[in-house]
Amino acid sequence: MNHGAAAADADEILLDGIQQAAFGYFRQMVNPANGLVADTTRDHWPCSIAVVGFALSAYPGAVERGWLSRDEAVELCLAALRFFRDSDQRGTPDSTGYKGFYYHFLDMQSGRRTWRSELSMIDTALLIAGALTARMYFDGETLQEAELREIADELYRRIDWRWAQHDRETIMQGWKPESGFLHYGWEGYSESILLYVLALGSPTHAPARRIYEAWSATYQWENLYGVDFLYAGPLFIHQFSHAWIDFRGIRDRFMREKRSDYFENSRRAVVVQREYAWRNPLGFAGYDEDCWGLTAGDGPTNDMPGISGSGRRLLGYAARGVPFGPDDGTLAGWAALASLPFAPDVVLSTVRAMRRRYSQMHTDHGYASGFNPGLVDADGRCWVSPGHYGLDQGIVTLMIENHRSELIWRLMRKCPYVVDGLRRAGFTGGWLRSQP
Amino acid sequence: LNRAATVQLGSGAPLVRDSAERERIDNVRPANWRNPAPAPHYDLVIVGAGTAGLVAAQAAASRGAKIALVERHLLGGTCLNTGCVPSKALLRTSRLYAEMRHADRYGACIPGDVRVDFPAVMRRVRGVRARISRADSVRQLTAAGIALFFGQARFTRADALEVEGATLHFGKALIATGARPDTPAIPGLAQAGYLTNENAFDLTRPPRRLLVIGGGPLGCEMAQAFCRLGVQTTIVQKRPLFLPREERDAAQILSDSFARDGIEVRLNTRVLNVHVDGGAKLVDLVSDDYHSTVVVDAILTGTGRLPNTTGLDLEAAGVDADPQHGVQVDDFLRTRNRRIYAAGDVCLDHKFNDTAQASALIVVENALFGGRRRLSELTIPWCTYTDPEIAHVGLYARQARERNIPVKTFTIPLHDVDRAIADDEEVGFVKISVRERTDRILGATIVARHAGEMISEMTLAIVAGVGLRMVARVIHAYPTQAEAIRKAADAYVRTRALSYGQRRSTAWLRWLRR
Repeated sequence: MNHGAAAADADEILLDGIQQAAFGYFRQMVNPANGLVADTTRDHWPCSIAVVGFALSAYPGAVERGWLSRDEAVELCLAALRFFRDSDQRGTPDSTGYKGFYYHFLDMQSGRRTWRSELSMIDTALLIAGALTARMYFDGETLQEAELREIADELYRRIDWRWAQHDRETIMQGWKPESGFLHYGWEGYSESILLYVLALGSPTHAPARRIYEAWSATYQWENLYGVDFLYAGPLFIHQFSHAWIDFRGIRDRFMREKRSDYFENSRRAVVVQREYAWRNPLGFAGYDEDCWGLTAGDGPTNDMPGISGSGRRLLGYAARGVPFGPDDGTLAGWAALASLPFAPDVVLSTVRAMRRRYSQMHTDHGYASGFNPGLVDADGRCWVSPGHYGLDQGIVTLMIENHRSELIWRLMRKCPYVVDGLRRAGFTGGWLRSQP
Repeated sequence: LNRAATVQLGSGAPLVRDSAERERIDNVRPANWRNPAPAPHYDLVIVGAGTAGLVAAQAAASRGAKIALVERHLLGGTCLNTGCVPSKALLRTSRLYAEMRHADRYGACIPGDVRVDFPAVMRRVRGVRARISRADSVRQLTAAGIALFFGQARFTRADALEVEGATLHFGKALIATGARPDTPAIPGLAQAGYLTNENAFDLTRPPRRLLVIGGGPLGCEMAQAFCRLGVQTTIVQKRPLFLPREERDAAQILSDSFARDGIEVRLNTRVLNVHVDGGAKLVDLVSDDYHSTVVVDAILTGTGRLPNTTGLDLEAAGVDADPQHGVQVDDFLRTRNRRIYAAGDVCLDHKFNDTAQASALIVVENALFGGRRRLSELTIPWCTYTDPEIAHVGLYARQARERNIPVKTFTIPLHDVDRAIADDEEVGFVKISVRERTDRILGATIVARHAGEMISEMTLAIVAGVGLRMVARVIHAYPTQAEAIRKAADAYVRTRALSYGQRRSTAWLRWLRR
């Protein structure tokens, strides 16, 4: 075997192991009775509807790789979809949803709202992206698969995106029965590009096309560290929508104007992260070109035992970003890995370097949400977020799958709602040309 | 004398009677002042001797116009007495305390006892204010030939007004009565008592716990200053970020800075009501549906400013005004009465000292010398004097995009600037937005320790029509933090070099190597 083939095999083995470990989260944390998946592995943690969306999107890849039988996958999908279809949609303080949207956090058993969480537009979008992924994959003739497709369609069609605009040109971030709409919307480039595409593709409650223009008017095209890109600080923003939508070669008005596309933009975001880590302006331990990944995730807090004396302000779970922070020296190995499709060589070399240096941040159960190389215990081990988070495992699973087989991208390229949504948002070119 | 108008200091009279305060009052409203007998006619009567009024008076008088200036309270207005001047003096000392506490960052020893001497801080504030008041003093104005009247002005006709019983006839008039703090309508706040910029600088003892309501420039500056002076400070802002008009990154950096200082930040939060219990003020807050109560000793409001239009009998002069937006003017700063103009906070959205000055000069030109200068032609920079400072001029990127202007922003983090690293002042950036594929500067935002100083270069470039390519050619002294501006210009040049210039250079080098 020549050197190149051996390296490719080694990459494949590495990625297969990581992907399988990440997928294991969903097997471990799902409630098979209702398909809900816990937000984290921590005790008594509720379900996050976004994590359910990632789970529904991860099952097809698991079937293809033999980690889950097709029947098991259909059962799990159906359990979740039936639950959401039949859920209490009255919008009361302990319902499950309202107007086709769902509360961010639900009780794992009853499926009712917990933590007084908000009715979340973006998390509903992530959930429904999962439902549509399953709808596209499970195309068999069995009654179960037909039912699965029907329910996914019903869930999507009943979302009242126009209501979620409230009195604004863009979509609100959330709503609470106690206080109404959260009084802020989306501003700047973010993962909500998926939200807008799904909203615009709706055959039942699509908002006007100008909603997308209104949102993208808040974009900032910046030259930073010599790199031209659509700016957003945390890395996950450059990844989440890409788990479902293949942005290679398709462009909206903004990207046509900039002669770029969102996929290329995410590649440049990797360059910016590496540049920042290399500069390491705050002098944190561990940062360099092969050790980066500032994103939303768990981190230490000052009130944790043995940490308060560190003398710096620690952020806990927070959206860390570059180059203006916040940054408390906490990195996320999974975030670097989730950029795999955009810059495979760089990411693989980073993944190897980070795992070699900080092996404790990745176990057989997947990546920890965050680790802080500068906070070490008496044995010299750095702080690592305990347990695992479903969002992190979800994006790792999907991005590796897209890198290896493009499975989710292929499924969603054929999803008529996504195609319609992209077109209504003004996307043209690339693979969209060949879609009906 | 027509009528002896003896000075009566109104509300806001100084509580402290030290030598500095005596000097300031002697300068801005001497106790023994008597209004002069009015002349039969004035070229320009100016109502309000704050920044706009003073600038207009001095500019017009220097060009030979016969001027009367009417002030109901103190010369110098908000800026000198209760605004920019005392607040910046306070901020400077508070910054010093912050630096002392973090002296180890500079390789220095932290002083053993960093104890805030609040009376000394305020003594310095009063001293600075007294010194600067000399420039706005009665002495200076009368020496310039300006007829100065203290008292409440009331328009009686389209071409006359009355002050303390004297009638002033004018060819033109300027309303420059400024603005006052807009107190939020919060149940119980008035009964509990609160501070504004008008009385905060009269404090002789610091409150132990302070709640600042409002995350605009004033609230942010005061929250940081008092926190650094050892006051346990909470700031409440109903929006998701501070300084809602500014770049998100700027507001985010400010939030982080506040948190580092130890300010308790409450974003997305409204004040429901205030009540007093045992001398403490209990303030009920709500964020979405989460209710909480903070207990403080003092409340400072910084929720905006309302124009001063009451008591002027503007209707008698045919001048339109409303309580929220003030005197209504056209782009030439003229009111419905073509003899009467307005300038400064009483009529402008941008309630800044520099804008008041610029608008006053427009009025002098337009009212007295046949000018046709427009307010909309002004390029107005502004700065919030927190640490770091946040300064802006021109369009924001989002404004450009809303106007369908393709925009690209060149961003230089200060951690890429040698002097900022040497100064340990790396938190911040320079962002310069240009029209895409040109070097035309649309706007700039600077977040830096001295952003207010740095923004002037960008303002000059915009006003003079200087593009980024030219800025790149300007030698900036090294090492300075302003070098960040040149680096942004260099970045522009490099991106252009990658297209046309690079092809040209490559061809030239190929020719040389033949």
